[in-house]
Amino acid sequence: MEENFEQTISLQFELKSHDFVQAGEASSEIRRRLKKLGFASDVVRRAAIAAYEAEMNVIIHARRGRLQVEITPRQILIIAQDEGPGISNIHQAMQEGFTTAPDMIRELGFGAGMGLPNIRRFADEFNISSCAGEGTSLKIVIYAGEG
Amino acid sequence: MKLSEVHRILRAEILVDAGKMDKDVEMAFGADLMSDILAMCQEQTLLLTGMTHIQVIRTAEVSDLAAIIFVRGKRPGPEIIALAKEIGIPLLLCKLTMYEASGLLFSAGLSGIHRDQEPHRRLKGGGKL
Repeated sequence: MEENFEQTISLQFELKSHDFVQAGEASSEIRRRLKKLGFASDVVRRAAIAAYEAEMNVIIHARRGRLQVEITPRQILIIAQDEGPGISNIHQAMQEGFTTAPDMIRELGFGAGMGLPNIRRFADEFNISSCAGEGTSLKIVIYAGEG
Repeated sequence: MKLSEVHRILRAEILVDAGKMDKDVEMAFGADLMSDILAMCQEQTLLLTGMTHIQVIRTAEVSDLAAIIFVRGKRPGPEIIALAKEIGIPLLLCKLTMYEASGLLFSAGLSGIHRDQEPHRRLKGGGKL
């Protein structure tokens, strides 16, 4: 690591519903910070992609939400929490190709039912919990490959 | 294949060179679906796409892509070009369709992504509640 850090570094980003101009800025900032901290490129990339898919999910589906990131030399923890419709059938939502996104989102090239499966693909640990009508919470961990 | 060679083969216009036209790219991927790009591309892949919105740049950024070729003469707006400059992602524009542009690059020796190198993971937790 170029920059030694001993304490956990915490980042927090508020996300707004349907803000497709700013969408991705949080993940971009997370990527920049991880690069600057000297994490391996594969670790930075997996964390950035997982964060981006989670960020887009909140912006597409929820009323509001936030991304919280806790970085230690050993791992990157990303928590995405939102207030929104929630997911009534998580098993179904985890299937590639299943989507509830409207056409407008699909025209942007998102909403193909790949977001959650992609996050699971890139994460070392992945947990999802959701309450229909209230919101969804994702916990994503990327190991930094040390130890 | 160097980006300058890609530029020559596609008779493309350089929108952002980011000082990287001498850079070598080993593989390319064509898609309009951002999630396919995020799922499939290895780093330093060359992307061909017909999408020109700002999320294409964000997708390329988080995926560490080498450069973006916009096909079918679809020109991105100034804010897209500005963001690509800021991040340092080369942008090229060609008039060919996705099929033609992909075919020319493939014939010239630029391969597709390596399917056996799909992003690894060591998943624990399995997406359970």
